[in-house]
This record gives sequence, C-alpha cells and structure tokens, in this order.
Amino acid sequence: MLSLLLIIIASLFFTGIIIRTKSISSGRKGPGIFQPIKDVVRQFRKGAVFSETTTIIFQIAPSIYFASVVMAILVIPFGNTKGIISFNGDFVFFAYVLALGKFFSIISALDTGSSFEGMGASREALYSMFAEPAFFILMGSFALLTGHTSFYDIFSTLNFGSYISFMLGTLATYVFVMIAMIENSRMPIDDPKTHLELTMVHEVMILDNSGFDLGLILSASYLKFAMYGALIANFFIGSLPLYISIPIFFGIQFLFAMVVGILESFMARFRMSHNSQFIFTLSSVSLLIFFGVLLVLKRFI
Amino acid sequence: MTLAVVFILTALIAISIVPFVDTRWKGFLAIIAVSINSVLSGFVAFKALTGINTLLTFPGSFVTGLIPVRIDALSAWFILVINFTFLTGVIYGFHYMKAYKSQKANLSIHWIAFILVHTSLIIITAIQNSLAFLIIWEVMALSSFLLVIFEHYNKGTLKAGINFLVQSHISILFLILPFIGVAIKMNSYDFTAITAYSQQNPLLTNLGLFLCFFTGFAIKAGFVPFHTWLPYAHPAAPAHVSGVMSGVIIKIGIYGILRMLLLIKSDYVTVGYIILFFSVISGIYGVMLAILQHNLKKLLAYHSIENIGIIGIGIGLGCIGLGTGNQLLSMLGFAGALLHTLNHSLFKSLLFYSAGNVYQATHTMDIEHLGGIAKRMPHTSILFLIAALAICGLPPFNGFVSEFLIYSGMFSGLSTASLMPLWALIFSIFGLALIGGLALLCFTKAYGTVFLGTPRLKMEHTVIESRIGSILPMYVGVTLIILIGLFPTFFVKALSLPVGLFASKIGSIQQAEALYSLDTLNMISLCAFGIFGLAGLIYLIRWKVISSKHLIINTTWGCGYIAPTSKIQYTASSFVRTYRKLAEPLLSIEKKKKDIHGIFPDHGQHETHPYDKVESLLIDFPLKVIRRFINWFSFLQNGVLQIYILYGVAFIGLILITPLIYEKVISLIQFLNRL
Repeated sequence: MLSLLLIIIASLFFTGIIIRTKSISSGRKGPGIFQPIKDVVRQFRKGAVFSETTTIIFQIAPSIYFASVVMAILVIPFGNTKGIISFNGDFVFFAYVLALGKFFSIISALDTGSSFEGMGASREALYSMFAEPAFFILMGSFALLTGHTSFYDIFSTLNFGSYISFMLGTLATYVFVMIAMIENSRMPIDDPKTHLELTMVHEVMILDNSGFDLGLILSASYLKFAMYGALIANFFIGSLPLYISIPIFFGIQFLFAMVVGILESFMARFRMSHNSQFIFTLSSVSLLIFFGVLLVLKRFI
Repeated sequence: MTLAVVFILTALIAISIVPFVDTRWKGFLAIIAVSINSVLSGFVAFKALTGINTLLTFPGSFVTGLIPVRIDALSAWFILVINFTFLTGVIYGFHYMKAYKSQKANLSIHWIAFILVHTSLIIITAIQNSLAFLIIWEVMALSSFLLVIFEHYNKGTLKAGINFLVQSHISILFLILPFIGVAIKMNSYDFTAITAYSQQNPLLTNLGLFLCFFTGFAIKAGFVPFHTWLPYAHPAAPAHVSGVMSGVIIKIGIYGILRMLLLIKSDYVTVGYIILFFSVISGIYGVMLAILQHNLKKLLAYHSIENIGIIGIGIGLGCIGLGTGNQLLSMLGFAGALLHTLNHSLFKSLLFYSAGNVYQATHTMDIEHLGGIAKRMPHTSILFLIAALAICGLPPFNGFVSEFLIYSGMFSGLSTASLMPLWALIFSIFGLALIGGLALLCFTKAYGTVFLGTPRLKMEHTVIESRIGSILPMYVGVTLIILIGLFPTFFVKALSLPVGLFASKIGSIQQAEALYSLDTLNMISLCAFGIFGLAGLIYLIRWKVISSKHLIINTTWGCGYIAPTSKIQYTASSFVRTYRKLAEPLLSIEKKKKDIHGIFPDHGQHETHPYDKVESLLIDFPLKVIRRFINWFSFLQNGVLQIYILYGVAFIGLILITPLIYEKVISLIQFLNRL
C-alpha cells in the first residue's frame, strides 16, 4: 500500500523534473514541475476523435494498458513493507503483466492502419523483447544471491557486504536504469522530442489517441517511470526505518529524473537500427552480474 | 473390459457405416463416434486421475503375447487432453467440411481417418505392449497422413503429406529398434520388461536406450532438428486437422517421452541436460522462424515447435530435479510441462480454427494480403486475440500459469543447484524469456496485420463471419483458457497424481507437495481477477466520462495527408524488418529485390522467402547425396519392358542358382578342411 502511494506521489512530479532539468540545462525558463499533470487533467476533460479504421481494440487498449501498469506497481514492495501483492515469483508476473499492456498498445497502434504508428509499434515490440532476458537474468542472479524469489524477500534480505556486492549493486542499477529507458522509450534508445517519422516509439504509437484515452496513456507512462524509480530505490532502502527510507526514496526518484533529463540534454540518440545490438549488451551486463553473484557465493569451484 | 470392447466396437461400427451414408451424415457420424468414445475413455480417465487406475489384460495372439492395458494418471491426463481437442475439432470440422460437400468419397476417407486417429491416440496412451503399441502407432501415422492429404489434388498438399509420411516412418524406425531390442533380450513385449531391462543394465546403456526412444518420439513431437515435416503438414491440412494435429497428435510424442522417463531408469541429470538443450533450441528456433512466415498457418506451425520447446524445458527441468534430488524443481518442471500440454492444445487448436475461418472467408492465408478482418469477423477476431494472448504466456490467461510454474521451478532451483545445473538453469531462463519476447513480436504481427487496419488486397467476394456452428466449439475452448487462467489452483491440483508418478521416484508425493504451497497459485488467480476487474473498472469509468463528451469519427491522422490508402499501412514484412535484419545471419532468408530507379519509376518489388536452415542441412543435403548415388543406377530403369523381363529372369535364375553355388562352396570348404 505504502509503495503504491509513494509511487503515485512520485509520478506526479517525475516527468516535470525531467522537463525542468532539460529546460534549465538548455537555458530556457521552461514550464512548472506540475505542468505534465495539468496536461493530463486537461486531456481527461476533453472530447475525443476516433479514426474510422479502428475497432473495439482501439477503445479498450488504453484502459488495459493503464490497468497493466497499475497491476505491475502493486507487486513492488517498499523496503520492509510488502507490496499489495507479493508471492514467490512475483517478478515474473511483473514482467508479463507489463508485456500484456505492451501487447495491447502495439495492436492498438496497428489498429489505426497508419503508416507512422506501425513503425512505432514495430520498434516497441522489438526493443522490449531484448530487454526481457536481461531483466530475468538479473532477477535470477538476485534470487541466487538471496535465496528468495519474490521482490519483497529479495529486496529486504539484500545487503551489500563486500566490494563485489557493491559492484553488483552498481551494475544492477545500471541495468535497471537502462531497462527503464527502454520501457519508457527515452533518450539513448529514443528521443521523445524529435519529429514524427524520425523516431519516437511511444509518441508515434499514440498519434491517434485523444482525450480520455490519451490521458490514460500519459498517466500510465508517468506511473511507469516512477515505478522503475521505486525499483531502483528499493536496492538502497533495504530494511531502513521509514523516516529515513521515504526521504531516500524521493531523493532517488529525484536523482533518477535528473539523470534522465541530463541524458536527454547532452546525449545524442542511438541509431535506430543499432539499438537492438545495444540492448544485447544489457543481457551481457546482467550475465556479468550473474558471474559476480557466483563469485560472492563461492560457487565457482 | 466391456468398456474397452464397446470403445473399439463404436469406432469399428462408425468406420464401417461412414462410406454408405449421405454426405451430411458422414461428419455427423464422426461427431457421434468421437463423443461416445470420449465419454467412455474420459470416464476411465477421470477415475484414474482420482487415484483408481484401470488394469486390463487382453489375451492378444501368440505373436504379441498378453496385451496389458494400464491407465494410470499420466495416461489419464493425456486422454482428457486428447478428448477435449477432438470434441471441439470434430464439431468445428463438421461445419468446416461443408464447403467440400461435393467430394463424397474423399469425405468418407477423411472422416474414417479422423475417427481412427482419435481411437488410436487413446489406445496409444493406454496400451503397454511394445508390438501392439507399434501397430497402433502405425495406424495413427497412416490415418493422420490421410487427414493431411484431404486436398490431395493440390500438388503441394500431396508433397507435404508424403514428407510427413516418410518422416513418421523414420520415427517408427527409431521406435522399433529399442522396443524390439528390449523384447528380444527380455523375451516379453510388456512395457514392464523395459523397466526390468533397465535395472539390469548400466546407466550408460539405458541412456542410449532412452535417446533412441527420444529421437523417435521427438520426430513426432517436432523438436528441432526433427521438426522439418511440421511446417509443411500443418498448412496443407484442413483447419480442424491442423488444430487437432498441433493440439494433440504431436503431443503423443511428449507422452512417449514422459512414459519412457517413467519406465527407464537412467541418469536423469544427463537426460535432463539433453532434453533441456534440445528444448531451448526448439523454442527459440521455432519462434525465430515463425516471425518471418508469410503464411498464417505456417506461422502457427512454427509456433507449435516453439511450444513443444517450452513443454520440453519443463520436462528437462523435471529430470534435472529428479537427478539432483531436488523435489520442488522436479515437481514444478513436470507440472509446468503437463499443464502446458493442455494449454497449448487449447490455444493452438483455437488459433488454427480461427485461421480456418479466415481462410474460408478470404480464400487466402497470405498475411500480406489480409487486413481489417476484425470488422467483418468480430467473433473470430476476438477468439484469435485471446488465443494469441494466451500463447504469448500473458496473464490472466492459461499460458501464463504453465510458464509461471516453469519459471518458479527455475528460480527456486537456482538457490540449491550446483554449478553445472546452475548453468542449465540460467540458460533456460534466458531462453524462456527470449521466447516470450519473440512470441509477443510474432503475435502482434499476426494479429495486427491479419485482423486490424484496412484490407490490403481487394477481395472479389465479401468477407463474412463464419456460421455459429464453427464459432461455438471455439468459444468452448476459450472458456477453458480463461478458466485455467482464473482458477489455476484447481487444475494444478488435478495434476498432482500425474506429477506424483515422477516426483515419487525421489521421495513421497506428500513431501513434494508440502514443498510448494498453493498460496502462490491462489495469488496468481487473485491477480488474474485483479487484471480483469481493474481493466473493466477503468473502461467503465472511461465509458461514463466519454459518453458525455463530444466525439468525432474521422480518418486516421496522417500528418496532414488526407487521402490515406491501405498501401501506406505497415505490412507484416515491414513490421518485422528490423528483426529480420538482426536474425539474418542465423537463418537463411532468400531475398528478391527490385529497386525503384529514375524519374518515372515503373515498379519496385521486394520478396523474402524464409527457409529452414536445419532442413537444408539435415534433409536437403543428404537427399541430394542419396539421389546422386542412386542416379548411378538409373540406367537400369530405362523403361524398356523386354529388359525388365530380363531382370526378372535374371533374378529368378539367381535365386535358383544360389543354393547350388552355396552347396559347392560348402563342399569346397569341407574338401579344403579334409586336406
């Protein structure tokens, strides 16, 4: 319950901070931190335009996408408090329920019969495919390290004792940040601010959504960002008392958003066709973590 | 005993009546026969699943010896899976075949073969006499061949059928060798002789014995590299046959592997590694090729290979669990494999039936020509969607439950495994995750291009939804898909006895069950309800809010371009283009390309023909070599009748002379000896 609340609060300002960071680093005044939320609220009040090509899929997809993100958030714990749903192997559910949402957002893009949206859909399907093995190997390594198989048990028993485990934590954070970037289609993978056909996985997929549906999709993507932020924060919170862990949580979310903003200001986007190769390296890094865990546990005989 | 007699009599009577009744009644008779036999065998199977095994012994003949029929929990599970798929298949097929009602004789053979396949599959799961098993296996192989070549007037279909026939006989060859080998050593055809044999022999011999069986059954099941018949046979057969074939006929190979695991005592860890290796390769290779296919049914056929891989991963993990004494791993592995067997039979048959509906409405299976069918065929479209979600292993459907069991096994096995199993586990985690991601790519492509968007080719006829008769059995399948997703606990509990057969090899079943609490599955069920509830709730709110707003229907937004045609849509090939570029080095894809040149270009074209690299290496190359060798003797076959008669005379002469020469040689040797 606590994690859900905190993630919702974090999602309110997360995207605002990214935009603010970008505006400051490019020397602009920029909008306020809550501008994205105001935009969403405005979307919820608007009417909508539907394409005549679309079917029922286009109508239900945003709701299912939003629901899938919320379901995924429900399994995320916060330090010593469990998520609303917690069971052995819940991270498998986490990954697959997100994939459910992805499936619907992809087919809803294809439903419009547009030349642009298919492009975004194609890329979304490909990139997320490569992120999945990395995530599973990473979670497998931590399952091996801690001997537990649920988010809550893994995070609450994870402690960084030796130098190697610090390295593991750093690498894992890197992998998680990268997975978050892929899942949200942000900077090194995709630039949300370029023009249409050049890039933009998520933005181009939702070209035809408007009004309430667009509001749902946007708020889901804010939630998704904060959700990955919470996952990363969980690495560092461990079993600290709440009055320390909550500030740390927001601190990490803030830092994460800043990093995203800075990345987007100072880094060039990768070439689209090279992205898939880059994502392969993620799997390799998570394999490296797996080796590290083997070292820590002295399983290399 | 009476049940068994009634069972066989029903099939025999139905088969003998089918040719003599009116066309309409042929299919109907098949429905009746399959239903009666399903009820009969289902009854026995239910008893076996609750713990009451059936044991019968038929006298047999002096050749076969006694023919024991033993229906234990493992057979029971497979009997139920077979029955369900065949029931939906026969009803769907009854309506599907209405389009071919002019072909009277062809239909007779088709329905006879259909009844025969059902009967023989049930018998295969129950019978435990090697020779009888092989005979029934042959009956099954031949009648499935007849089912596949229904449209034998198409050259491609016949070729696919013969390919299937040849490969099923290679499979039988691999089965005959170990079966008869054991029978000669033990002087009994009973399956118990195999166990007895394996107890006498060192583990290495048993491993060889098992691998021989495994190869035979793997050809039937479609493990890579023994899969090459599958992508030809499935698209060639009528939709209900493909559904049944992919749903259960290939699963009989899985049954065989599981049965042999029970019978043969061998080094389970090594067996586990071998199965795991083949399975992960099958899974990844199957889906990698599936993505590139242009024919919807061929795409689905490659997915069967992928799913056989997933089932195999479960079996392999189970074996590693058995070998290393990890009860939890073995239980979860086998439970996942068995549940996935049921799940795959449900969603794959559903996908093939949907493909059949699409085929009958549009007369094409080329994905690039389809599009926008969802509006014309709403039922088929929604059924295909649910099956596609389930096959990708997404919650809240059944595919997720079985994949979750396998994942749970892998992750829980990690903490206790030693280095070598650890490698196997991380390798299969990687494989399964990659399979999941690739399946998502594949089915968004298939669903998105076939059912959504606008039609890519102008059809000369109107596309209409299939009749209620073919839709209804599909809804039955979907109901089960959703039920397994919502109440996994019930189905996993039903699996406790079949899984117990394996788990009890290393300790009592109660012990194993205590290791895995069903709470996790209850949580999965809760989550499934949660997804439905939450999505429903949000949709309801959206509907409430939106209904008071100003809504406009307009063309798809095209960046200011206001005359969109269906040609500007993403095609299936363009959807997977980036993937194809990545996978190109691993697969063999033949490309033909004509670029657009000049100021006034006439036309450009781009074709891709994915080909199976394994097939070209393992089938085409040896065939080429054999053909070259045989060609040396082609002068013998010169078509001159007189010469042929001369061959006959020469042959008879040779036969007559042989004993004479033999005698002379013997006497020569004796003469030499005397010297």
